[in-house]
Amino acid sequence: MVPLSYYLVLSGILFACGVTGFLIKRNIITIFMSIELMLNGVNLSFVAFAAHWHALSGQIFVFFVMVVAAAEAAVGLAIIIAVYRTRETLNVDHVNLLKL
Amino acid sequence: MTPDLHLWLIPLLPLIGAAMNGFLGRRLTRQAIATVALAFCGASFAMALYVSLRFSGLAIPHMETLAPWIRSGTFQADFAFYLDQLSLVMLLVVTGVGFLIHIYSVGYMWEEAGFYRFFCYLNLFMFFMLTLVLASNYLLMFIGWEGVGLASYLLIGFWFTKDSAASAGKKAFIVNRIGDFGFLIALFLMIKHFGTLNFDRVFQFAATIDVENAGAGLLTAIGLLLMVGAAGKSAQIPLYVWLPDAMEGPTPVSALIHAATMVTAGVYMVARSHVIFERAPTALMIVAIIGTLTALFAATIGVAQTDIKKVLAYSTISQLGYMFLACGVAAFSAGVFHLMTHAFFKGLLFLAAGSVIHAIGGEQDMRKMGGLREHIPWTFWTMTIGSFAIAGIWPLAGFFSKDEILWRAYQASWVYWLIGVFTALLTSFYMFRLWFLTFFGEYRGTASGHSIVREEAPSRSGPPASPGHHGIHESPRVMLIPLAILAFLSVVGGWVGIPGSLGGSNRFDRFLGPVFRATAPALNRQPAAPGEVAPSEQTTEGLEPHTGRGTELAFAAISVFAALLGLYLAWLLYLRRPELPQRISAALHGIYTAVSNKYYVDELYAVVFVKPLVEGASRVLWRGIDQGVIDATLDNTADAARHVSDSLRHMQSGNLRSYAGWVAAGAAVVIAYMIWTGAR
Repeated sequence: MVPLSYYLVLSGILFACGVTGFLIKRNIITIFMSIELMLNGVNLSFVAFAAHWHALSGQIFVFFVMVVAAAEAAVGLAIIIAVYRTRETLNVDHVNLLKL
Repeated sequence: MTPDLHLWLIPLLPLIGAAMNGFLGRRLTRQAIATVALAFCGASFAMALYVSLRFSGLAIPHMETLAPWIRSGTFQADFAFYLDQLSLVMLLVVTGVGFLIHIYSVGYMWEEAGFYRFFCYLNLFMFFMLTLVLASNYLLMFIGWEGVGLASYLLIGFWFTKDSAASAGKKAFIVNRIGDFGFLIALFLMIKHFGTLNFDRVFQFAATIDVENAGAGLLTAIGLLLMVGAAGKSAQIPLYVWLPDAMEGPTPVSALIHAATMVTAGVYMVARSHVIFERAPTALMIVAIIGTLTALFAATIGVAQTDIKKVLAYSTISQLGYMFLACGVAAFSAGVFHLMTHAFFKGLLFLAAGSVIHAIGGEQDMRKMGGLREHIPWTFWTMTIGSFAIAGIWPLAGFFSKDEILWRAYQASWVYWLIGVFTALLTSFYMFRLWFLTFFGEYRGTASGHSIVREEAPSRSGPPASPGHHGIHESPRVMLIPLAILAFLSVVGGWVGIPGSLGGSNRFDRFLGPVFRATAPALNRQPAAPGEVAPSEQTTEGLEPHTGRGTELAFAAISVFAALLGLYLAWLLYLRRPELPQRISAALHGIYTAVSNKYYVDELYAVVFVKPLVEGASRVLWRGIDQGVIDATLDNTADAARHVSDSLRHMQSGNLRSYAGWVAAGAAVVIAYMIWTGAR
């Protein structure tokens, strides 16, 4: 039996990787993947707790997160394609028309 | 069922006139303005006459309530009017003399740019003065009291472009505030201890209190505080300094407000509060001392003044001192009698002085007058009557009232009498000095040809000296008629109070008797204290024959002699041997300088009160507290907010990832905090 803390540490590492990637990367696709990484880090801790406490609600939550993430991925990728078609770049620092 | 006389109309009519002239006057012609002002003031006078006709059929005191005003618990102060013999006398004096001076002003102020403004203020003054006189509680009286102060301020500063006039107005207002402060505290004491300010209730309460012979108590405190108020309004020591400066106002204003009516409000108030004063011998004695000292002090200053209006101003202060002396020896009716005759002859003197100033084109310095007798005969004769009346020469009005006061003062203490007689001598001297300097001898001015001296007059306007007038000229008839009427009153005004010793019956004293004797304390119980005139209460009532009839006649003779001596000295010094005053003033160099500089009282006040106040206000209150604490708190708060937000502003970079970084950092801090608290 793997102890709970291992899962939580792994979950924290995954989330931290996601945050770091989100903060330092400039490519939209990479940022997008970092977000997915953070979501999955959270999902991991959800299922870990659910297994540990034998509570079903954690697993239900994970399904919700996955559904939202799938929907987000669909919309997000569509936006990314649209951005690339008009701007011919995926660097977020160059997509700044709305900035003052 | 007492009849409803609509007393409220008397003060309200002039207010309507003031409102009409104030709001519409700019568009009206001078004739219309004068008509409005005279009509409403005259209507008020007519009402007063009507009231006096109905007076004998009234239950005295007659009270009428117009509307409720303040009702809080048991405390109650209404817009209510109080009519008794005292207020009737005041009512007739104020409306009568006021109306005459309104007429005079039409002529005097005709050339002025602010004609409508002047009459608006003048009517406003009448409103407040009549409110003061008719009020049935101290609070309403206080409204009138403050209101006449306001009107006085506005009228002194009528030529507001002239710096000295503007500051004279401010001085009058501020000095009056000091007195009003005392008056207000007296009112608070009454509310605290009597629970009411209505005259009848206050006097009922006061009448139940024993005479405060030993030591001082509540009534003494109230009396002294009321006297502070009266000293401010009526220009007594130590608050008299505003009145001479008030002569910056137009002459009719000096006549109406600063001689005949407003300045006598203090005397009226003390007489009205006689129930309180009668039971506070200490307060009474202080009133008498202040009155005596003021009478003497102002008279000595008046001797050395050269400005015709300043002489009259100091004379007014001195005569007011007489009235307070009368009140201080509990001879209230004598004080009110002098108030009335003084209103006649001092109003007359001021108006005549105004006519003189008018005649020679705005000059007020007596040294530049002289020999005007033939040029302006009407003014000369009316002024002669006024001078003889104020000097107290038989049988003019001033003689009877002044003699009454001196006789009653003698019964209290011979010191009062001696100073009073000496003051009468000085009064006579400075009045005839004015008379001789103005009307006799050679003309010393320069306005005889076509040039007009305008030294004292303000440049824009001032005592009228229009280009159309050349040389010395008599005033128009509209100014002379009030002079003549007032001169007539100055002659006969005293005859209503001829004392028993001179074959009269002192009807005036008897008329006022119910006011002053109905609530008189049981004086028989009281041992004769210094400054108290217990035995005399009965003697003047005529109940018993005068024990000292011969003495009284002798005293009257002495006063007349003093007046004639003053006349002789003035004649000797200013007509017969005009070089003598120079030599005398040279011989008495120090004294003369002190007197002609008004004993440096203004300078003393400036050093003792004004300068510390100004310095304290500018150093401590302005620079220290206002700038150092209040402003600094605000400024520093704003500065701190700006500095903090200056540094925080950099967070708002617009860079999306930096926001995410802040969010992550915040989350990290929260998590660290939770781990740290969980670990404990």
